[in-house]
Amino acid sequence: MIAFLKRFSRNPAAVVGLVILVLVVAFAILAPLLYPNSPWKPVQRPFLAPFAQAGFPMGTDTLGRDVAAGLVHGARVSLQIGVVSTIVALLIGVPLGAIAGYSGGWVDDLLMRFTEFFQTIPSFALAIVMVAILQPQLGSIILAIGVVSWPPVARLVRGEVLSLRSREYVQAAITIGQSTPRIIFSQILPNTIAPIIVIGSLMVGTAILLESSLSFLGLGDPNLMSWGYMVGAGRTRLLDSWWISFFPGIAIFLTVLALNLAGEGLNDALNPRLSRGRK
Amino acid sequence: MKLSRYAFAAALCAAAMGFTAAKAESVVHVVIEPEPPLLMQGLAQNAPTNTIAGNIYEGLLRYNQKLEPQPSLAKSWEISDDGLTYVFHLQEGVKWHDGQPFTADDVVFSLDVFLREVHPRWRPITDNQIASVEAVDPLTVRIVLKQPFGPLMTALEVASAPMIPKHIYEGTDFRTNPANNTPIGTGPYKLQEWKKGSYIHLVRNTDYWLAGHPKIDEIYWQVIPDAAARAVAFETGTIDVLPAGSVDVYDVARLSALEGACMTTGGWEMASPIAWIAVNLREGPLSDKTFRQGLMHAIDRNFGQEVVWNGLGRVPTGPIASTTRFYDPAVNIYDFDPDKARELIAQSGYKGETIRLLKLPYGEIWDRWAEAVRQNLLDVGVNVELVSSDTAGWTQKTSDWDFDMTFNFLYQLGDPAIGVSRSYVSSNIAKGNPFGNVGGYSNPAVDALFAAASAEADEAVRQAKYSEVQKILTDELPVLWLLEMEQPTIYRCDIKDLVTTAIGVNDGFRDAWRE
Repeated sequence: MIAFLKRFSRNPAAVVGLVILVLVVAFAILAPLLYPNSPWKPVQRPFLAPFAQAGFPMGTDTLGRDVAAGLVHGARVSLQIGVVSTIVALLIGVPLGAIAGYSGGWVDDLLMRFTEFFQTIPSFALAIVMVAILQPQLGSIILAIGVVSWPPVARLVRGEVLSLRSREYVQAAITIGQSTPRIIFSQILPNTIAPIIVIGSLMVGTAILLESSLSFLGLGDPNLMSWGYMVGAGRTRLLDSWWISFFPGIAIFLTVLALNLAGEGLNDALNPRLSRGRK
Repeated sequence: MKLSRYAFAAALCAAAMGFTAAKAESVVHVVIEPEPPLLMQGLAQNAPTNTIAGNIYEGLLRYNQKLEPQPSLAKSWEISDDGLTYVFHLQEGVKWHDGQPFTADDVVFSLDVFLREVHPRWRPITDNQIASVEAVDPLTVRIVLKQPFGPLMTALEVASAPMIPKHIYEGTDFRTNPANNTPIGTGPYKLQEWKKGSYIHLVRNTDYWLAGHPKIDEIYWQVIPDAAARAVAFETGTIDVLPAGSVDVYDVARLSALEGACMTTGGWEMASPIAWIAVNLREGPLSDKTFRQGLMHAIDRNFGQEVVWNGLGRVPTGPIASTTRFYDPAVNIYDFDPDKARELIAQSGYKGETIRLLKLPYGEIWDRWAEAVRQNLLDVGVNVELVSSDTAGWTQKTSDWDFDMTFNFLYQLGDPAIGVSRSYVSSNIAKGNPFGNVGGYSNPAVDALFAAASAEADEAVRQAKYSEVQKILTDELPVLWLLEMEQPTIYRCDIKDLVTTAIGVNDGFRDAWRE
């Protein structure tokens, strides 16, 4: 563990990413303390510029709602959707990939064709269709993002399992007569955890972006303040009230960047031999 | 020789000046959005068709901005004392665009045959109210009613009852007649060219019956599908008129502040749309009057008008818009009063049930409005959840009663018997129509008052009945009225007399001129 942290901290970009992430998570957790009022509540006159009034460092939006409050509360929604939909994608992708990789043969063919079928559909278009049909709500958005994000996970896990399956300890497990599920869950999957964590951390970023895009198009949950919603709601006023869209846009940018940097750092730290020659 | 040369030069000069002057003042470019499917106004009454077709077709009457009837194709009229016989005297020398004379036979054909078959708003009037329409002589038409029907005199403008040429349509299948693509009316402008997806070009009808009209030679209706592009086209000067609804509400203030730009909210008195939240009265807390009164006190309707709608419109007092006839301000008034709202809601026994509020999917303004209303209601402890959907989803949910509360707006159409009663009478509770009585409001007293006021020609008696209806409805709150919507028309200030009637631009450019 210490060695892992050492390797991780050797990558300054990853540390910066981690720091930003910790800050975002802290804001999300502390949101009800920082801004106890609902972020939907109009609190000042509309279109107040940043710092024009004490207590409103990011100004107000079209209805006079505090942009800073929206940003902090939006962090909860964006992170929550990012993490939960990634878990959904992992729950679909990991078992499928493991079964395909371990079974081989026609099961592998069938599952991989099924995966490719999903990969051929433009993922954003599929997400839009799913959300539009199922009604824009928290659950349907998480499901839609999960459903369009799992194929890369399945392919990754399948590749890992394929290579692990021929290892001697797996052969030994087969020889002593362990059942297939037991071999998959106790012998093979624990050894694929590292790449899964890495791809998972990167997917959280993608999921936040997807949710933002959906909200931008008006397909977000209308009862939840999210960053994508804020960008979308302010876009028509971009010329005269830039701050309404700008701050949530920056928040999305920084968070996704941080997730990518930290994910990259995790990758290097977890696979020291595979790291790309970083010192 | 010298003199004649001078004279020639002067004449040339004058001709040139006259030419340039005429050129500069005689063309107007107007935005049309979306492109209409058809310009034949007898068959299509959607918004873009109505906006253009009022230049080509005409009705018997026009209405001033107080909704009083004015001459159009009918120059005068008499109504019998019992309110059953209406006699219209037609203008002389009126010709269709193809040169045929317009006569009383055309009026009879339009009202009794053509519109009766195809016009959704005229059909119930002919079928239920009119006993006969006959030509007394070529310039006189007599309409006899089955019973008195007060709203008849507000139902004869061009969109509700356009005059259709008998010599072209008689005996044909109206809907597939090839003449539908080359509309022939009596109006001040003729269709010259329709370049689909690009523009519709109208030119002056030189044989128009009203001497000296129209004054503008050509009108181009430009199809520009993007709202931002329409605003830019007005800013750069390629467009002279932006009819209501063609730019986003938050662009209105900026565009009307441009130099040489004028804005009017007139010309919508006939339509006078009111926006409201329809309430499903069938079950749950919303079936309780006290609860609804609490909601009405909880919603900050002034905020909606001032902030969401950028100051456009007025907060309504009740079901009848203050811009139309039979409005009565002496009703229950609901101020924004969260404390009183909490009190009434507690009194109603509300236990925190979730109430679904369906948004109207007509863009940003309606989204912001729904968010503001939801916050108002959350503030007084009512648990509201917004539901979004597309236009098809909204229509389906609203017309199948699958909502607790839903945003909606309806036109008043000049007379409460036509545009108001449909939302409150119990005979209009039927699935399938989002503009009927979707909440399921049923009050025999209200039904009787609306029926009696419609079958009455005496204006004072009608007023008394409508005043009583307004009192009952503002007490029982079958819907929560939010806003009398105002519709801004933005145009170059050098275009004069553009909006002079109760349907504004939809009455055509007959009287408009350019300085």
